[in-house]
Amino acid sequence: MKIPLPPGNKMSSSSKSQQLKGKMHLLSQADGSCSLSVGQTAFMAAVYGPREVKMNKEKVDKAVIEFMYRPKVGQSGCGERFWETLVGNTCETAILCSLHPRKSVGIIVQELQNSGSQLACCINAAFLALLDACVPVRYMVAATCCIITEGSTEPILSPTAVQEENAIAHMTFAFDSVDHNVVCSHTTGCFSEDQFQLCLEVCRKANKQVFDFYREALRERLSGSMIEC
Amino acid sequence: MGVNFQRLDGRGTYDYRKITITFGIDRGCCHVQIGDTRVMAQVSCEVTTPKQTRPNEGLLYVNAELSPMAAPHFEAGRPSQQGVELGRCLERCLKESRCIDTESLCIMSGMKVWAIRVDVHVLNHDGNLIDACSMAAITALTHFRRPDVTVSGEEVTILSVEDQDPIALGVHHMPICVSFAFFHQGKYLLVDPNEMEERVMDGKMVIGMNKHRELVTLQLTGSMLLHKDQVLRCTQIASTKVQEMTKLIEEALKNDVHERATGGQFGSASSQDPSHVTSHVTTEKTMEEVDTEALRELARETVLKGRETDRESPGMTRAPDITLLGKQTGRIGEGGLSSWDVEDIEESEEDDVEMIADTNVKVVRETSHISKCLGIDSSEDSEEDVTETLAAHHLGVHESSRGASGDTTIDLTTALNQQKRPAPGRERGKVKR
Repeated sequence: MKIPLPPGNKMSSSSKSQQLKGKMHLLSQADGSCSLSVGQTAFMAAVYGPREVKMNKEKVDKAVIEFMYRPKVGQSGCGERFWETLVGNTCETAILCSLHPRKSVGIIVQELQNSGSQLACCINAAFLALLDACVPVRYMVAATCCIITEGSTEPILSPTAVQEENAIAHMTFAFDSVDHNVVCSHTTGCFSEDQFQLCLEVCRKANKQVFDFYREALRERLSGSMIEC
Repeated sequence: MGVNFQRLDGRGTYDYRKITITFGIDRGCCHVQIGDTRVMAQVSCEVTTPKQTRPNEGLLYVNAELSPMAAPHFEAGRPSQQGVELGRCLERCLKESRCIDTESLCIMSGMKVWAIRVDVHVLNHDGNLIDACSMAAITALTHFRRPDVTVSGEEVTILSVEDQDPIALGVHHMPICVSFAFFHQGKYLLVDPNEMEERVMDGKMVIGMNKHRELVTLQLTGSMLLHKDQVLRCTQIASTKVQEMTKLIEEALKNDVHERATGGQFGSASSQDPSHVTSHVTTEKTMEEVDTEALRELARETVLKGRETDRESPGMTRAPDITLLGKQTGRIGEGGLSSWDVEDIEESEEDDVEMIADTNVKVVRETSHISKCLGIDSSEDSEEDVTETLAAHHLGVHESSRGASGDTTIDLTTALNQQKRPAPGRERGKVKR
């Protein structure tokens, strides 16, 4: 299926993340929800739970994390399933599952617009929704991605779709908010050991801004709910 | 009767909630919000072969799914009754009303046509999904542009968007659904029911209509009957509502064209209103630049350090923390001696007989193994024959001769000596009983 390319697809500068925009608690049915955009890429996430779980999925000692990724066009295929496992496991490491045995936490992420840095935005949206739902977590998790282009030593942070097309390697890293250790790493393409470490450090540095964004967003969200009360 | 004739959200009988229409960056992407109900539609296209019966008509697929995001009781996978109803209603409204010019989608008769697909995602369910979905779908179809094609002989070339301006679909008319909820066996009626009203309604009527007052679809669900005057009255209301909504859609489309032409803000990212209390936007200033040069050295160091440790101890860098426990010790928890043998002497005597038999079997099996390992006198006799003749003290010899290599197998001499005491085999005896 083809969607004609969007006209305005600006290039992002190499060593700077794109602008983050977020809105929390915007769906009335979900326990926690958010929409997040990085540059022009936008995702919406909803969290239900901890709630009851089907008998066949139940785990007696901890909560089950049910992650679902919904693409914009068509049915979800093999690639989407892979993402579901990847992001689901990333969230599971952060959530204190053992606090809610025989329960499930459902995370649903809907793609709204894909203009690059998709996986990172997906992880961030899912986690922001988890924060909104007040699910207890060990630490916050945020992801940043970068690409390596041919002939350039500088990695490009949160690339656009056009930049991704010309990339020789694409890397996404998720870090925890306490020690800034890697929680999840996903790479495609060819790269050397040096390049990998460089990208890792660049992403780790840039990622701190995402945590700042989380804190600010959460502060505004909580002050907002105070007004509503 | 105690009826106050008032709706929970303070609306009048024929009032719609606030309708917002926004567009994505992609062509054919439309978000519709009616109150708290949120729906997104995305149109896409591909080239396929047409149906045999209609060789020069393009195809239109409508795919509506109730995403589990929208409400806790919606499940992915097999569509629910509500999901099927929504899908069928949309199909009748869009496909069977022939609002899209399918003949203009033909590229080569009987060979290649465009297939247009509308994916409707329900993001939040707060009642009146059908109206929201039909609005989103028809707006997205009008907003969509398909790539241009050139045909030379048998060859079809799809031109990229940069080369040739994409083409809009031929939309003959815009059918929109309007829902009515009925209460008290059709005595009271409400327009645009929200989720709470939908839960308590007796029945529902959906009227699909375009602005020329042409009826496209009419569906009545629920367990009640309606007078024909009431149906006529509903169509009157629907026609005015459809006029209003069409005007709204046309305005939104015009705005979008203007924004795109002037390079203004559009798309889902820009639709996030920063004035909303619970929204947050990073400013340009807060997104700092990352100093790549400083990090480059750090990365280099890590790589070198990693290589060094590899060189020092190739293979495994760290010895695994495994402590070998003594023989016949429990493996659950911390380890230590078996605590299973609780003193129970009276019963143990009868068990002993069984246990001796048990251990004998074990001895036989064990010895055959040992003799195989050591390669002793299995010359002519079969292994089983040899084992029969072996006694306990032989085993002791063999065990010691195996020396340090003896691994996890049970120390048979001790096992035999311990037969008098209700020792390790005890657990087995207990289980049997």
